Amino acid sequence: MSTPNHTSVHTEEANYLTNETTIQSWLLTKDHKRIALLYLLSVTLFFTVGGLFASLVRIELLTPAGDFMSSEMYNQAFTSHGVMMIFFFLIPAVPAVLGNFLIPLMVGAKDLAFPKINLASWYIFMVGASLAVFAVLTGGLDTGWTLYPPYSSTYSQSRVALAVAGVFVAGFASILTGVNFIATIHRMRAPGLTWFRLPLFVWAHYATSLVMVLGTPVIAITMVLLFLERVFGFGFFDPAKGGDPVLFQHLFWFYSHPAVYIMILPAMGVISEIISTFSRQKLFGYSFVAMSSLAIAILGFLVWGHHMFTTSQSAYTGILFSALTFLVAIPSAIKAFNWTATLYKGSVSWETPMLFAFGFMGLFLIGGLTGLFLATMGMDIHLQDTYFVVSHFHYVMVGGGVMGYMGGIHFWWPKITGRMYSNFWSKLSALFIFAGFNFTFFPQFILGYMGMPRRYHSYPEEWQVLNVMSTLGASILAIGYLLPAIYLTHSLFLGKKAPANPWGATGLEWKTASPPPPHNFHETPIVTTEAYDYQSLPLSETPEKSHV
Amino acid sequence: MGQSFPPLFPPQASTVALEVDALYALLVAITAFFTLLVAGLFLFFGLKYRRKSESERPIQVHPPAWLEIAWSVIPLLICVVLFVWGVQLYFKIYTPPKDAVTIHVVGKRWMWKIQHMSGAREINELHVPVGVPIRLLLTSEDTIHAFSLPAFRIKRDAIPGTMTTTWFNATKVGSYHIFCAEYCGTKHSGMIGTVHVMEKDAYQRWLSGPNAGLPPAVQGAKLFEELNCISCHRAGANQRGPVLEGLYGKPVELKSGAKVIADDAYIRESIVNPTAKMVNGFEPLMPVYLNQLSEEQVNALLTYVRDVLGKAEPPAVSGAAPSPAPATTGSPAPPPPLGSPRPPGAQPPLGS
Repeated sequence: MSTPNHTSVHTEEANYLTNETTIQSWLLTKDHKRIALLYLLSVTLFFTVGGLFASLVRIELLTPAGDFMSSEMYNQAFTSHGVMMIFFFLIPAVPAVLGNFLIPLMVGAKDLAFPKINLASWYIFMVGASLAVFAVLTGGLDTGWTLYPPYSSTYSQSRVALAVAGVFVAGFASILTGVNFIATIHRMRAPGLTWFRLPLFVWAHYATSLVMVLGTPVIAITMVLLFLERVFGFGFFDPAKGGDPVLFQHLFWFYSHPAVYIMILPAMGVISEIISTFSRQKLFGYSFVAMSSLAIAILGFLVWGHHMFTTSQSAYTGILFSALTFLVAIPSAIKAFNWTATLYKGSVSWETPMLFAFGFMGLFLIGGLTGLFLATMGMDIHLQDTYFVVSHFHYVMVGGGVMGYMGGIHFWWPKITGRMYSNFWSKLSALFIFAGFNFTFFPQFILGYMGMPRRYHSYPEEWQVLNVMSTLGASILAIGYLLPAIYLTHSLFLGKKAPANPWGATGLEWKTASPPPPHNFHETPIVTTEAYDYQSLPLSETPEKSHV
Repeated sequence: MGQSFPPLFPPQASTVALEVDALYALLVAITAFFTLLVAGLFLFFGLKYRRKSESERPIQVHPPAWLEIAWSVIPLLICVVLFVWGVQLYFKIYTPPKDAVTIHVVGKRWMWKIQHMSGAREINELHVPVGVPIRLLLTSEDTIHAFSLPAFRIKRDAIPGTMTTTWFNATKVGSYHIFCAEYCGTKHSGMIGTVHVMEKDAYQRWLSGPNAGLPPAVQGAKLFEELNCISCHRAGANQRGPVLEGLYGKPVELKSGAKVIADDAYIRESIVNPTAKMVNGFEPLMPVYLNQLSEEQVNALLTYVRDVLGKAEPPAVSGAAPSPAPATTGSPAPPPPLGSPRPPGAQPPLGS
């Protein structure tokens, strides 16, 4: 891609971090890059809270008896872990942080299409999150993140209405972000940047935005129904009033299954960027990978009934959902094969982001393939609601989603902050996360096949060894997640200054300074080539190993 | 227990367990193959083509179209195999054979209440004979629960307001775990129990042991009389509801024109909420028993309609004089002998 030559001219001029420094300039900013950082701080906070609850769960499960805390506390701990991680970390993490920061840069725009709406979305998100955190801290929530009635509507003594209100409010942030991305990608691409020249990160976010905009209203209305049921005694889901509790599951999963793709699709976009950059190849099967994102987004809406094979759902309905679920596996397979083939005859460099991408591949493969077990109806009966399911979705959402997020943070950190981080410590972190993750969750597949149900405070003694392994693994995982908090903070102040393009990558975001100026580009870039055109990447764009 | 440690499989104690484990083994093999293949290639290419100098500009590889097609179609074919096997197995696990012995299971926070047709009742324990197909009819009094028997590889949700079915045929004498698998609140992980698979004689002795009680068919007959169901559900001039003799398992035509099979879930629903599926030719006159009867009472009525009336001959074509005979003639059905699982039907109460 050719752009007006302005590298190294403006290294001393103000960037988006330094041009204004008051608190007000942050809290009222309309700059997508600053809003991305507001989101980064917020989701890091919620990830920490969710992680602390996970630690409580793992400590309790060290022994078969429920002896570390009461059943009530345990139920609140796993519920809070799920609610925090899903609604307030995984769903916003990649889109609202990396997507927010990068989409305008990648399409060569000054900002998102609606900068004020972007800021509003962060405030709405924080209001929703505050309601949920308030619910968790005062009286707790003990329904599981799935909030199934009649338990959540009639029996739970906990703060269901408040938490439900929090999820409802936070949903609007998601919708607004999706609308903003769609408008930006349609209307604000730089001259010459046709749809099929877009980076795959942008394609992935386009598909994700469709899911956000079309799916989130359904969870919103479901939360309204649950709120009415709980607070005013409506009977939508109450058989004693002629309602049907399984109806809630249909509505809930109509959003919450596609929500898994909100968590994983953007991470897949990150992986496409990283793999292409660190093998200096155009991504193999570019258009297949781009279209597979859309296929996943669309098919993802048609598979929700696979969460209900053991309910009263008709067996014939189940057959249809099973078939569609297998179908959604194919676009993911296409991506995995194309990513791998991209390395073929490439020039592969094992920098930290590439290590995370490799970790993503390993974990996401296992996560995706174990999904086949659960799509297979006769197999799912035995596995439903066991630790097999718990392990499967952690492999997908943490192994896939969080690995992608971590890879993305490490890949674009120099762009975001203008600093390099420690090569050694970051590689160690990738290793710890990969090893710790497998150590934590692999035993859970076995526990699940043995029949250990999820959400159990106590369990039969014969399962202690595997549970102890899992808790030990979680400690390694925790170290893996703590390390970046230290070395990234260190790099923020003492890291070596990053050049505009430290990895020798092709995207437009690398054509501007690190960190970028307030309006991203001094002149609107003009795009003349396809994405990932490493043949025409000038040698001058190839940095010496500039970081330690 | 003599098993390798830690064990990888729960005990194989039902007729479907082996097939479920075989399918699992296939899925594990597929997962291992593709994980090793793709991650292995990633690592192999990553090392073989690792960057040797910063100025490297590799030749652009243009993928042949057949490759994209191959790696879309091959996984799809594998998925078709898994899909077909999975559907087939699902129907096997959830379709009880005709001669299965029925046991009613009611979930209630935080216990499993189990009613045998002989009258024996138990809580959090389930005694069953080896080698006899057992049909479980599940419902719940409060939240959703799930009855999970890992040693048999079966599980089914117990849902308030609905009746669900599963079955098993135990193949090994022994004691195995029962779990509640659907989160149901504070003591969810205490909603556990044991299934005891017994030799047939031992089971027969157990049935007449201290747990014995009034058979649900007899309780149901009493309720049927107390609630005066017979005043409407009989052929003749005063008939206001469908005749129940011989009804069980037969198709019923609804007002909407749709046909349903009068199975347990249908009969249960028609007792608690009669207007949900109105039978063609009748008016909605029946009182609604929703919230009026306990799940045990509904199950007793259901058992009576299924096992006693259901086995009776349907009355002759209407026109016959309405018979004043009460619903319960003869003595209560004795505990069912093994091998003929359903209690033998009482004499048809109405003249034929």
